[in-house]
Amino acid sequence: MTDATSSALDWSVHPPYLHEPYRSTVKRSPQQPLVPLPRTLSELTGPVYGEDTVRPEDSDLTRNAVVNGEPIGERIIVTGRLLDDSGHPIPNALIEVWQANAAGRYIHKKDQHDAPLDPNFTGAGRTLTNDQGEYTFTTIRPGAYPWRNHENAWRPPHIHFSVFGTTFLERLVTQMYFPGDPLLAYDPIYNGIPSEEGRQRLIAAFDLDLTQPEWALGYRFDIVVCGPQQTPFE
Amino acid sequence: MSRQSPSQTVGPFFHPALIDVQAQNDLVTPQTQGERIIITGRVLDGDGVAVPDAMIEVWQADYQGIYPHPNDPRHTEADPHFRGFGRVDTWQTGDTFTLRTIRPGPVPWDDTIMQAPHINVRVFARGMLIHAVTRIYFAGEPANAADPVLSRIDSARRETLIAQQEDTGDLPTYRFDIHLQGDSETVFFNP
Repeated sequence: MTDATSSALDWSVHPPYLHEPYRSTVKRSPQQPLVPLPRTLSELTGPVYGEDTVRPEDSDLTRNAVVNGEPIGERIIVTGRLLDDSGHPIPNALIEVWQANAAGRYIHKKDQHDAPLDPNFTGAGRTLTNDQGEYTFTTIRPGAYPWRNHENAWRPPHIHFSVFGTTFLERLVTQMYFPGDPLLAYDPIYNGIPSEEGRQRLIAAFDLDLTQPEWALGYRFDIVVCGPQQTPFE
Repeated sequence: MSRQSPSQTVGPFFHPALIDVQAQNDLVTPQTQGERIIITGRVLDGDGVAVPDAMIEVWQADYQGIYPHPNDPRHTEADPHFRGFGRVDTWQTGDTFTLRTIRPGPVPWDDTIMQAPHINVRVFARGMLIHAVTRIYFAGEPANAADPVLSRIDSARRETLIAQQEDTGDLPTYRFDIHLQGDSETVFFNP
């Protein structure tokens, strides 16, 4: 253990706990100063995932919940690389995603938005990154949906991403947004990110080369986690 | 260097993808070595109200204090029947989370000092734009007195990291309530 400081989390891109426009942060945000935690083996290890963790169909949300037909909506391919902030790709990392259907409705019991459920779409998927840190999901472009944060509040269409790096320090839960979305300007969750550079990081790039002709549009979304930049034991 | 991707909230609708897909609140199989324990608690907001849509993740060493991860120099000796990771939510269970695991062994701090047995915790919830990081230590553990992390923390707040044993008939049960804010705010570490 050589590092007396703790994580190298970049607070110029990560949102603070308290962001008052997002009302639910007001009572759920820690207020005491965060305590620095040196990097010990507890921080520099984390769950290891293998091929038994996922099945190939888990990453195709247009097929993993089919009951009696295809899910409704615009098919999209979302692909990208998982990297640490030194630029190293992270292989064999578990990525889990969840999202609303094309109408803006989650399958979740607590989602009571008056929009139809899709019997052939649960909006949940998972995959492991390959040896180059790459992942791919096939899914349906999610719809916008209302929430009650403020008068006439709408979440911009987004896909939730949960990512494990190689250590527990790298754990990240985030959301992917779509380019050119006018709702982004009004969203207090997205705008909890304190810098434009940070906000841009969460907007996927449309990439014509990723589209499959006559089948699906394609978006690129790279994810960068806070990596262990220092060797723990020297 | 690449800029990090910002964290965003887990939101209220994570259960089908992160919880229901696979039960992960029991870290123990019949072959797992070590003393079985239960950890239970609630996540409380600034008004002391239980948060019904939080998710807790835990990561811990095995009964010998070995992490099943290649960065642990002893990992080849780790219990092959213990993965060390658990995940549980607070919704389906009356706002209370319950994990079954084993008591971890002490973990090295450096070449000479050991850390007291502890469990590493991440807390996620709607209303949390970035997760919170804390640790669970165990009441009655003699090694707590010399633990290098606990000893850095003001004694008044140190107790928030120590799970208290409850008097129950079955397995040893430890209560660990997580106070996100308020007079009893839990000690949180830099995530």
